[in-house]
Amino acid sequence: MYTVHHKESFWAKYIFSTDHKIIGLQYGITSLVWLLFGFTLMMIMRYQLAYPESPVPFIGGLLGDGGILPSEMYNSLGVMHGTIMIFLGVVPLAFGAFGNYFLPLQIGAIDMAFPKLNASSYWMYFVGSVIMVIGFFVPGGAANSGWTSYPPLANIATMGQTVWLFGMVMLITSSLLGSINILVTVIQLRTDGMTWLKLPIFVWGQFITAFLLILAFPPLEAAGVLQLMDRLAGTSFFMPSGLVVSGEVMTNAGGGSPLLWQHLFWFLAHPEVYVLILPAFGIVTEVMANNIRKPIWGYKALVYSMIFLGFMSFIVWAHHMYLTGMGTTIGAFFQTTTMIISIPSVVILTALLISLWGGSIRFNTPMLFALGFLPMFGIGGLTGLPLGLAASDIHLHDTYYVIGHFHYVVAPGTIFALFAGIYYWFPKMTGKRTNETLGKLHFFFSFIFMNGVFMPMFVQGLAGVSRRLWDGGEVYAHAADYLYLNEVMSVSAWLLGLAQIFFIVNMIISLKGEKTGEVNPWNATTLDWTDTTSPPLGHGNFEKIPVVHRGPYEYSVPGSKVDFIPQSEKG
Amino acid sequence: MLELLRYFGLPTVSASTQGPAIDHIIALIHWLMLILFVGWGVFFIYTLIRFRESNNPKADHEGVKSHFSSYLEVAVAVFEVVLLIGFAFPIWASRVNDIPKGPEAVQIRVVAQQFAWNIHYPGSDGVFGKTSIDLVDEVENPIGLDRSDEFAKDDVFTVNQLHIPVNTAINISLSSKDVIHSFTLPELRVKQDAVPGMEIPVWFEATMTTEEFLQTTDGSAREGMGFEIACAQLCGLGHYRMKGFLTIHDDEGYAAWHEEQQEYLAEEEDDDWGDDEDW
Repeated sequence: MYTVHHKESFWAKYIFSTDHKIIGLQYGITSLVWLLFGFTLMMIMRYQLAYPESPVPFIGGLLGDGGILPSEMYNSLGVMHGTIMIFLGVVPLAFGAFGNYFLPLQIGAIDMAFPKLNASSYWMYFVGSVIMVIGFFVPGGAANSGWTSYPPLANIATMGQTVWLFGMVMLITSSLLGSINILVTVIQLRTDGMTWLKLPIFVWGQFITAFLLILAFPPLEAAGVLQLMDRLAGTSFFMPSGLVVSGEVMTNAGGGSPLLWQHLFWFLAHPEVYVLILPAFGIVTEVMANNIRKPIWGYKALVYSMIFLGFMSFIVWAHHMYLTGMGTTIGAFFQTTTMIISIPSVVILTALLISLWGGSIRFNTPMLFALGFLPMFGIGGLTGLPLGLAASDIHLHDTYYVIGHFHYVVAPGTIFALFAGIYYWFPKMTGKRTNETLGKLHFFFSFIFMNGVFMPMFVQGLAGVSRRLWDGGEVYAHAADYLYLNEVMSVSAWLLGLAQIFFIVNMIISLKGEKTGEVNPWNATTLDWTDTTSPPLGHGNFEKIPVVHRGPYEYSVPGSKVDFIPQSEKG
Repeated sequence: MLELLRYFGLPTVSASTQGPAIDHIIALIHWLMLILFVGWGVFFIYTLIRFRESNNPKADHEGVKSHFSSYLEVAVAVFEVVLLIGFAFPIWASRVNDIPKGPEAVQIRVVAQQFAWNIHYPGSDGVFGKTSIDLVDEVENPIGLDRSDEFAKDDVFTVNQLHIPVNTAINISLSSKDVIHSFTLPELRVKQDAVPGMEIPVWFEATMTTEEFLQTTDGSAREGMGFEIACAQLCGLGHYRMKGFLTIHDDEGYAAWHEEQQEYLAEEEDDDWGDDEDW
C-alpha cells in the first residue's frame, strides 16, 4: 500500500504535484477560469450583434475608436471564443479534470499509470493556453480566421494566427499525453474483479474519448505544422497557384490545396465533437443512476453504442464539407455514415430516458443538470440531421442554424453535464456540501437563458442568415425580418452570464463551510464513493485497495435492506 | 410543416426549380425531429412526475422490461434510409450531374474576392475570353481579362451585379481569387463554396423575376429590397459586407440589359465600364 509520510512543501503538494487528484483540480480550476473568459468574449461580441456600431459600455475603451468593436477584432473574439471554449475549457474540464480525478477512483487505482506524464500534460496545457492568449497582444491582434482556420485566409492572416498555431501544437501535445495516460490506466490499473463490463459508464466515456483524442489529434498537429510552414517558411501546402490578394499576385502560392487543410482539420474536429459529448454521457449516467435509485437501463447497449459512436466518428468528417464541390459518390458515403452515426445517439438518449421509468427520482442540483442535459442534447442532436444531409445542408450550411445546433450539443448539453458532475462530486473533492437553493437557482436560470440564446439561432438560420457577420446580418435584406432576435439572444447571453454568479457564490460559500464528515453522502455504489478514505482524499486514495464483486449500478436490489449495494461488497 | 418552418424563418419564396425540393426535404426532416422530440418529451415529463421520489419512494430494480425502444430505433433508421435514397441522393445527383452545358443555358463566371463578387459574361459569342492573374488591376480589371484575346472583345464584367433571365438554366462557373468564399442566393436555395484553385459549377433555374418577388415583400421588413448574393464563409474583416445583388429579368428585360452592357463596352472602350459606380 502506497502512502506518503514525509511532509511536502506547498509547491510540491499543490503546484508540481503528481497526484492525479491535485492535477485534476488544477485542470478543473484552470479550465473553469477559461470557460468564464471565453464566455466573456462572447458577451462582448453579442453587444456588437445586438447594437451594431454602438460603443460597448465599460470596456469600449479597450476595443477601438469610439468604443466600437472593429470587425477584425470581432473576428478575433470569435476565433478565441471557439478555441478557448473547446480546447481550453470544455475538453480540459471534461477529460483532464473529471478524467484525472475520478477515473482512477472509479476503477480502484491509487493513481494514474504515469503520474509524471500526467503533470507534464497539465503544464503543457497551461503553457499552451497562455500562448493562446498572448495572441491578443501581438500586432494585428489574435487569430481572426475562424476557429477552423481555413487557408488561404489563415495563411495570409496577421501574426496572431502563428501564435494560435503554436498554442494549438502545445495543446494537442498535452492532449496526447493525457489520453495515453487514461488508456494505460484503464487497461492496466483496474482493480481485481473490475472486468470490462463492470466499469461505470463514466470510465467507458473517458476511455473511448482517450482513443478518439490519440487517433484524431495527430493529423491536426501535422496540419498545424504544415500551416506554420506556409506562414513562416514560404511553403504552399494549402495554397493553389494563381492567388491574387488585394491586387498583389502571391508569388509563393502554388501547388497546394485549401481543401487538404479542411480534410485534416475535420478529421480531428468531428471526433472532437464526441470528445466533447462522451464524457458528458458518462457524467450524466453516473448522476442519473444515483438519483433514480435503480440500474441504468441497457448498460451493454450504452457501452456498445458509445464504442460504435467513437468508431463511426472517424468516418463522417466530410459532412462539414458538402459545399466544397463534392461529387455524388463521396457525398453519398458521408451522408450515409452521418445517418448511421445518428442511430447510436438515439439508442443512448433512449436508454437514458427509459432508465427513468420505475425509478424513485430525487431532484437535487446534480440531477437537475443531468436531466436538463437530456432534452438539450436531444435538440442538439436532432438539429444535426438536416445538416447531415447534403440537400438540406445547401440552405442551412454556414448559417446560424449550424451555430444553434452545435451550441445545443456543447453548451446546454456538455456544459450542463459538467455542472452536474461538479455538484455531484463536490463532496468528494472537499468533504463539504454545496448549497441546494443556490444550485437550483443556478440551474433554472441557466436553463431558461441558454434556450433564450440558442433557440432563436434556428430561426435566423432557416432564414439563411450567415454566421460570423460582424453586424449580425444588418446589411442583408433576407435577415431584416429576424434582426430583432439579435437583441433577444444578446440579452439572454448577458443574463446567462449573471446566472453564473449563483454558481460562483455557491462554490465560495460551500468551500468556506464546515466539513460534513460524510464519506458517501449520495449513497452511491461506485468505488469512488465507497472504499476511499474520507474526503478530501490523501495520496493513495484507498485505505485498502477494493475488490469488485458486482456491476456499477446495484440500486434497489430486491431483498436488500438498503437501496444500494457498493461494487466492492461481497455476495 | 413547411408552413410552420416558414413561420419560423424559412423564406416564403423559393424562387428556383431546385428550391421546393430542398424545402421539402428540410420539412421532412423536421417532421422526424418533431415526432422524436415530442415523443421523448412527453415520456420524459410523464416519468419525471410519476416516478418522483415522493410519489414512488421505492425504485423498481428492473424498470422497463419491454423492448419497444428497439422498434423506435429501427423506425428512425428506416426513415433515414428513405430520406437518403428517396430524397437526399437524387437532389444531390441532380445538383452535381445535370449541369447544363449547352447553348440553351446561360453561362456565367463568378470570381469571388475579398470582398466582392466579380461577374463575368462571355458576351454575344458565348465564349469566355482569356484571363490572367498578371493583368489583374483591382480598379480597372479585377478579373484580369485579356482584351487582346479575340473571344474577350465582347466580354462583359460587373461587380456585385448578377443579372439573369427567368425560367432559363443558369450555369455559373464559380471560383475565387484569394480566399474561400461561399456564394449564396438564400431565396433561391443556392449555395456553393468558392474555393481558390477550383472552378466549381453551380446551376439553377430561377422561377420568379425580381419584379414579381418585390410584390411578395410588401409589408415586410424587407419591402422594396430584391434578391441578394450573400457570402456564407468567413473571408476576412469585410465578410459581413460582401453583399451582391441578383436581378432576375424576363427574357426581354434580360436581352435589353445585355444590349445596354454592349453599348457601354463600345462607348467606353478603355474606361471603367461595368463597374458598380454605374449603378
